[in-house]
Amino acid sequence: MDQRRADPRGALVRPYAVTRGRTEPRQDIALEAVLTASPTQVAESRFAGHDKHRIATVCEGRAQSLAEIAAYTRMPLGVARVLVADMVAESLLTLHTAAPAEGFEERMELLGRVLSGLRRL
Amino acid sequence: MDFAGYDPAGGRPGRGIVSAKIVVAGGFGVGKTTLVGAISEITPLTTEALMTAAGVGIDDPSKVPGKETTTVAMDFGRITMAQDLILYLFGTPGQTRFWFMWDEIIRGAVGAAVLVDTRRITDAFAPLDYFENRKLPYVVALNRFDGAPQYELDEVREALAISPQVPLVMTDARHRDSVKQVLVTVVEHAMLRLQSEHGRGFPTPVG
Repeated sequence: MDQRRADPRGALVRPYAVTRGRTEPRQDIALEAVLTASPTQVAESRFAGHDKHRIATVCEGRAQSLAEIAAYTRMPLGVARVLVADMVAESLLTLHTAAPAEGFEERMELLGRVLSGLRRL
Repeated sequence: MDFAGYDPAGGRPGRGIVSAKIVVAGGFGVGKTTLVGAISEITPLTTEALMTAAGVGIDDPSKVPGKETTTVAMDFGRITMAQDLILYLFGTPGQTRFWFMWDEIIRGAVGAAVLVDTRRITDAFAPLDYFENRKLPYVVALNRFDGAPQYELDEVREALAISPQVPLVMTDARHRDSVKQVLVTVVEHAMLRLQSEHGRGFPTPVG
């Protein structure tokens, strides 16, 4: 927190201070991409800083999308995306596939599963 | 929750859990969050994206002096359908000046429902224009507000110039079963579109 206040660039970039000013993620992560953290990953995230540890904790025991991570941690989406991409690269989070966009068969199978899931509600 | 096929040691793509999303679009105050809340297993959450206010509608905000950050909020909900399948419902920001955000929201989506308020039917023109120019399959849902003028679906289709290929349904965004029916229509329409495009040798639309 002190680090944020000391940021000479002031209030305009303060939200990105937790990413040391980086606004581009290492890897593009969709809003609905799902992430999980195992107890080991949560424990290891303690050494990666407060914000990353909070993210890992949110994903422990329940798969969460990037959008949920941003909402639960109250981080702006862009900031959460940079940190989550870092954590995937650092093996602190496991990225699961978002909707498989390629291939007719895969897409139809997914849509079929979503449709029967809705009908069961 | 027990993550099937999940590798606790590494950060490699797990391939275990798949997610899909449906977009709920429409003008400001048309009932998007109500619709999401009627069927979501969680109280709709809000995620915020920061952007420079001066940059709205401008291609390169970095060239604009006197930048000021503003927040664009979008609401979303979740339906866990199976241990390895989660459906997300994303509401688009209502204010038209935030439409650049829509491109990100619709990317990879199954399809969209455009909500229309019969009391302010002209508010639907802009969202409908947006989807007409995208590949994403969409349906139009008339949200019935109490005391609002009641129109026949055909009248609305004509007034809004909705193409005959686009499904048009009535809904009550407060009621789970009604919302469920809208979402079923979105997915069925997406499947039909995919099937017909596949039959004609078109590539799979990805939003």
